[in-house]
Amino acid sequence: MPDLAGELTSGGAVLIKTFFVGVLLGIAAAAGALYALPVVDQAREVSITTVAPNGGNVEVFRINIPTDRVMIGPPGQATPVPPGLEWPDIEVFADMRTEMFKVRNTHDVVIGIAIRNAATNENQDVIDWVLHFPARGSVFVNMDAEPQEGGYRIGRVRAGSREFATLNGAMVERWVANTSNEEGASAGHIELMATYVGEPQPPATTEEPAQ
Amino acid sequence: MKYIVALALGLISGAAVFAAAILYNPFSVDRVLSPLSVSESELIVLNYSAVPADNIIYTNNGESMQNPYPEKVLQLWEAPIRKTNAMATIMRDARNQPAGIGIKIASLSESTDLLRGEAIMDSIWYVYTPRHGSMFIQQTENYLPFVREVAFPAWRSSVNSWRGVWMGNITAGPGALGMAAVSGASGRVKGLELDGVESLSVRAFSVDTGFVSAEGRLLIELPAAGDEMEEGLLP
Repeated sequence: MPDLAGELTSGGAVLIKTFFVGVLLGIAAAAGALYALPVVDQAREVSITTVAPNGGNVEVFRINIPTDRVMIGPPGQATPVPPGLEWPDIEVFADMRTEMFKVRNTHDVVIGIAIRNAATNENQDVIDWVLHFPARGSVFVNMDAEPQEGGYRIGRVRAGSREFATLNGAMVERWVANTSNEEGASAGHIELMATYVGEPQPPATTEEPAQ
Repeated sequence: MKYIVALALGLISGAAVFAAAILYNPFSVDRVLSPLSVSESELIVLNYSAVPADNIIYTNNGESMQNPYPEKVLQLWEAPIRKTNAMATIMRDARNQPAGIGIKIASLSESTDLLRGEAIMDSIWYVYTPRHGSMFIQQTENYLPFVREVAFPAWRSSVNSWRGVWMGNITAGPGALGMAAVSGASGRVKGLELDGVESLSVRAFSVDTGFVSAEGRLLIELPAAGDEMEEGLLP
C-alpha cells in the first residue's frame, strides 16, 4: 500500500491543514451567524394605545372601504372582489358573508389582516372578527348579533395568540361614512376600537411574596 | 496564494457541512403520527386543498413562490404584512362533502430557530361550518421536515420539482403534545377550548409554483360527553 502521508511534502501538509482549519472556521462562522442574526425579522409599527378611564388599554384600527377589502364573500356581487372571484354556490355557504381586509392603525399604516364573518345558523346570527398582526399575534372577537342604539356593535375578545394570549376585553365596530366631497375619496371606513384588560401574571422572579 | 485558496475552500466546505447538518439533523424528530390519532373522543375532520388555484382566494406579497389567486387579488405588499400569506378555502368533511369555509393566515415567525430544527410559521385559522359553528385555531407550524423531504429534493432535481407521497403533521404548538389551541365561539363548539392538529399530504411540488398536488387536514378533538358535564359546559 502506498504511503500517501509519507509522500506529502511539508508544504502539501500545511496546505491540507489550512483547508481543514478553513472547514472548522466555516462551521463556526455559519453557526455563529445563525445564532446571532435573526432568520426572520418582521417589520413593526409602534402600537398606538391609550389608557381607558375605567382601566385597560384602548387601540383603534381602521379599514378603508373599498380600498382595503381583499375579498367579499356573498355571490352575485355586481363587482366581485377580487375580480375573478368564484364564490362557491353551495348550500353551506348560503347564509354566510365572509370578508377579508387589510387593517390600518390610526396613522393610516397597514399593520395586519382582518377577517369578518357574518352568518345565520339555526336562526341565530353569528358575527366574528379575527385580527392578525404578524409581528404581534392575533385576536378573535365574537360580536353581539344585535347592534347597539347608534348603529355600533360590541363584541368580546374570545381568544388570542402571542401578545394577545393573556388579554381579555371587548371590541366595538362601527361604520364611519366619509363626508368629504374629495374626488376618489373612500366611501368611509370601518372603525374597530379594542379595549384590552390583562390577567394577573406571575412575577418574573421567584422571590418570596411580601408578608 | 495557494494557502488562501485552501482556506477559502475550507470555509465554503465548512459552511456546506453545517447547512447539511442543519437539514439532516438526526436529533430533530419528525412528527408523522398525530397525537389525536389515538384519541377516543369524537373528532371534527376538515379537509382542504393546499393548492392555491383550488382555493377561493390565495394571496401573498406577489413575489413568493406561489402565485396569488385570482390573479387580481389585492397583494400583501406593505412591510408589516409582506411575510404573510392568506387563503380562503372550502373545508370538506370526512366524506369529502363541503362543510363550511376556512380562512388561514400564516406569517413567518421570529421564533424560527434552525439550530433547533425549527422553521416556524405562526398561523391562525378561522373556520365556520353550519354544523359545528365558528372556531379560531392558533398554532405554530414547523416546516423543516417538509423542506428536508420535499422542497430541498425538488430544488436539487434537474426539473425543479418533486413527486411522491409525503405526509406529516405541521402543527408544532402551542398546546400540549405540540397541538394547536382551538377556541369555539358559536354553535356546537361555543365556549369550548379544544385541541387540534393540522397535517399535510403532498404528492407533487414545484420550486417554481409551489404545491401542485397537496391536501391539508384539520383534526379537532371534541371533549367526551363526561368531560363536558364535569366542566359544566353543557346545561
